[in-house]
Amino acid sequence: MNIVIQTENLSKYFGDFLAVDNISFEVAKGEIFGFLGANGAGKTTAMRMLCGLLSPSSGKGIVAGFDISKQANDVKKNIGYMSQKFSLYEDLTVKENLRLFGGIYAMRVKDIQSKTLKVCKDLDLNYAKDLLVGSLPLGVKQKLSFATAIFHHPQIVFLDEPTGGVDPVARRKFWEMIYQASQQGITAFVTTHYMDEAEYCQRVSIMVDGRIEALDTPNNLRKALDAQNMDEVFHALARKAQRS
Amino acid sequence: MTLKYLLQKEFLQISRDKTILKMIVALPVIQLLILPWAATFEQHNIALSVVDRDHSTYSQVLIQKIVSSGFFLLTDYSNSYDKAIQSIERNESDLLLEIPPEFENNFVREQKTDLMISVNAVNGQKAGLGSSYLAQIIGEYNKDIVINHSPEAITTFKNIESDFYFKYNQEMNYLNYMVPGVLVMLLTLVGGMLSALNIVKEKEIGTIEQINVTPVSKGTFILAKLIPFWVIGLFILSIGMLIAWIIYGLVPAGSFFTIYLFAFVYLVAFSGLGLLISTYSNTQQQAMFVAYFLLIIFFLLSGLFTPISSMPNWVQIVTRFNPVRYFIEVIRLVYMKGASLTYILPQLGCILAFAVVFNTWAIVNYKKTS
Amino acid sequence: MKQFVSFIKKEFLHILRDPRTLMILMAMPLVQLIIFGYAITTEINNSPMAVLDENKGVESLALIEQFSKSTYFNLVSTPNNIAETEEAFQRGQIKLALIITPSFGNDFLNGNIPQVQVLCDATEPNEANTVSKYAQQIIMQYQTRVHNNIEMPFMIHTNIRMLYNPQLKGAYNFVPGIMGLILMLICAMMTSISIVREKEQGTMEVLLVSPIKPIFIIFSKAIPYFVIALADVIGILLLSYFLLDVPIVGSIVSILFLSILFIISALALGMLISSVTSSQQAAMLISGVGLMLPTMMLSGLIFPIENMPLPLQVISNIIPAKWFIIAIKDVMIKGLPLFAIWEECLILAAMSIVLLTASLKRFKNRL
Repeated sequence: MNIVIQTENLSKYFGDFLAVDNISFEVAKGEIFGFLGANGAGKTTAMRMLCGLLSPSSGKGIVAGFDISKQANDVKKNIGYMSQKFSLYEDLTVKENLRLFGGIYAMRVKDIQSKTLKVCKDLDLNYAKDLLVGSLPLGVKQKLSFATAIFHHPQIVFLDEPTGGVDPVARRKFWEMIYQASQQGITAFVTTHYMDEAEYCQRVSIMVDGRIEALDTPNNLRKALDAQNMDEVFHALARKAQRS
Repeated sequence: MTLKYLLQKEFLQISRDKTILKMIVALPVIQLLILPWAATFEQHNIALSVVDRDHSTYSQVLIQKIVSSGFFLLTDYSNSYDKAIQSIERNESDLLLEIPPEFENNFVREQKTDLMISVNAVNGQKAGLGSSYLAQIIGEYNKDIVINHSPEAITTFKNIESDFYFKYNQEMNYLNYMVPGVLVMLLTLVGGMLSALNIVKEKEIGTIEQINVTPVSKGTFILAKLIPFWVIGLFILSIGMLIAWIIYGLVPAGSFFTIYLFAFVYLVAFSGLGLLISTYSNTQQQAMFVAYFLLIIFFLLSGLFTPISSMPNWVQIVTRFNPVRYFIEVIRLVYMKGASLTYILPQLGCILAFAVVFNTWAIVNYKKTS
Repeated sequence: MKQFVSFIKKEFLHILRDPRTLMILMAMPLVQLIIFGYAITTEINNSPMAVLDENKGVESLALIEQFSKSTYFNLVSTPNNIAETEEAFQRGQIKLALIITPSFGNDFLNGNIPQVQVLCDATEPNEANTVSKYAQQIIMQYQTRVHNNIEMPFMIHTNIRMLYNPQLKGAYNFVPGIMGLILMLICAMMTSISIVREKEQGTMEVLLVSPIKPIFIIFSKAIPYFVIALADVIGILLLSYFLLDVPIVGSIVSILFLSILFIISALALGMLISSVTSSQQAAMLISGVGLMLPTMMLSGLIFPIENMPLPLQVISNIIPAKWFIIAIKDVMIKGLPLFAIWEECLILAAMSIVLLTASLKRFKNRL
């Protein structure tokens, strides 16, 4: 198995506050990995460390073959990121946004052009190529955000609550995109609040108070906790939380 | 290479931001068309009350001479001091000239006489200038009398003949002085204010997160943010100089190269300041306030409106830490006196130092905060 | 009434929780007062000058000494020729150059008319004017000394009396102006931004569905700034009295009355701005460019209005700060009674009423 994310006793302090407490896990290439936890459980901090935005206080993390504390910039070259807040440039057109991010990841001009055509076709965005992103509906924006995050074909794409605020149909379609990406060998690292989405993941970890409380396939988790669905799994674990 | 794509993005965004576009066009036009006219200390039409208690030929000639000088506007002519002082209280006149009774008789009999001037000195500068104009006219009037009555006095009291030459602005026109200064004001607003807002905007909207997870280095990102404002700044400077030429007929006596070179370094310094402000602010409102606060102080202490040489010593020392001061000085030297590049090297050095300090500080702080 | 009080409390909390803005609001008057009080003076002292002495005799040295001992001038350079003098001007090192002709000393003895040339840097015309007059004065003093203080016949003695401000201090003129500027800034700019912020963040909706009347919501936003503005007035008065030695000749009651009148008109202006804008940035731009700049330039604060071109003079009439500045100078520095400024008070009151009605009307229409 080809491991693309590996952490060992990764911790992060903010002052006296221990936000992430000794987490260790591995994610394989092409896997869809769900990263769950209540608000304030330390998900975002852990994810920011993996993306090279924060340096860990202690422990070790290897992402895409690079050390997150020493080779943050190499990590960044090999990942894609989509945040919970829509963060493409609303005052640029679809094409211009793709060109910008393609350019940032040093793609060749020809590749940028051909890939832009392909993305627009795949997402049925041919009509919107030259529209400002700000004028598109939220569901379309999210699809575009994802397409941008994997535009340079990264090894891993980090998705931070990617489907907030859209309807179930659009969410379903979004997950189809994630599956497609995974088939192309792109690992998806997803945080979400929707427990039905957790079911779509191949493996899930659940964080409580900065620690990883459980990590397995959704099926095994349900069995282990004797739960009907992931929702019950989550509640059973999250109840243990000391801090809120 | 990534710089190219980032620059493309910045220029596209600016070209779609209606507020900034309007400012780029409207600022130079409005400021250059209105400010120089408002920002004038030129004194003419000083309102004068005359209390003539002599009513003689002498007093009439004196009043005639004052009125025909063009500096004064006779608002009120009476023989009651109380009435005249009321017109000063009501702000209807600025100066009061009192010609005492026996003005002419004293001249003839005792060969000397008195005059009284009372000035509304709430505005000290106006009072000083107005009274010195009046004193000057009285002096000339006096000279005429001496020549008429005692020409021999002129030869015994050998007066030094002093010729005054007013260089660089012979017509004593305030506009020649203000217009180049306003050009600096324009560049400062673009370089400092707009650049501060631009960077904070990305923070506020959250797009900066997306950039942070890409391999773009902070240096490249910042450079891509600043370069557009250097370009826009030089563009606005060109429009400004064009307006100065078309409307006011002003062309620099020195070289354009000197102005552009200095303007460029100045823009680098001020966009660095804008960057610095933005690293300390989270919202556009905060950035705007801080920028506004700093700029007001910079302008007031820049010599734009009031000469630095007349400020108290300790304030003059403070102004050395004000980057605006150097450009105001330089643009006037180049525009009006035609100073060459070698003469303004000290100022250029200071601005260069500011550019280095602001930008280093900003970059260090920018790295620390994220 | 109880609700109203709790709304006002909420507004104060907003202000207190943003220490950076609050600090600027408090520091701004202080810094501006100090800058204007000390730095923006138009008195001219220690003007840097150069002497090109082509005579180098006893007489020329005496003349130079007359110049160098004067506080008006500071002898900074002694160029050897006219080219060097020119260079000193171009480098911005000197404001005035005195050139003494080679025959200066001999002319005194021979009965010719001794000559000097004075070159003035006229880039700033007023400064040039003043500096040249000082130079003239010094040359005259030298002359009288040479003539052993014997006076010419037929001299007019002019006695100049400076009323209200005998030392011609700049602060007398600027303190009232700064009060106008600061009050405008705090009341109009801050009020409009704080109202628009609630609109932008959507919290205005929440307030509007509460049973309190919309008018009171707006008033509750204005009251904290009214209090801050009044505190600033008192602060400015204390500072200028104790630090800048500006006398307060008139009655405090009249000054406060006038200030309150002006504050109300500025608050009304802020409300109007907030009712026509929907984003903080727009509110800031309008109050910054549309309000602060005209207040600074056209109110008579720095530049005398009567010398501006006619269109600007006409525009200046709609600037509330202009009337406030005129009136407060009359009351505070000249010590005139309140009825002497009834016209200005009336204009300010009328402005407030018009602005208030307009903004309340707009605010109602949008509900």
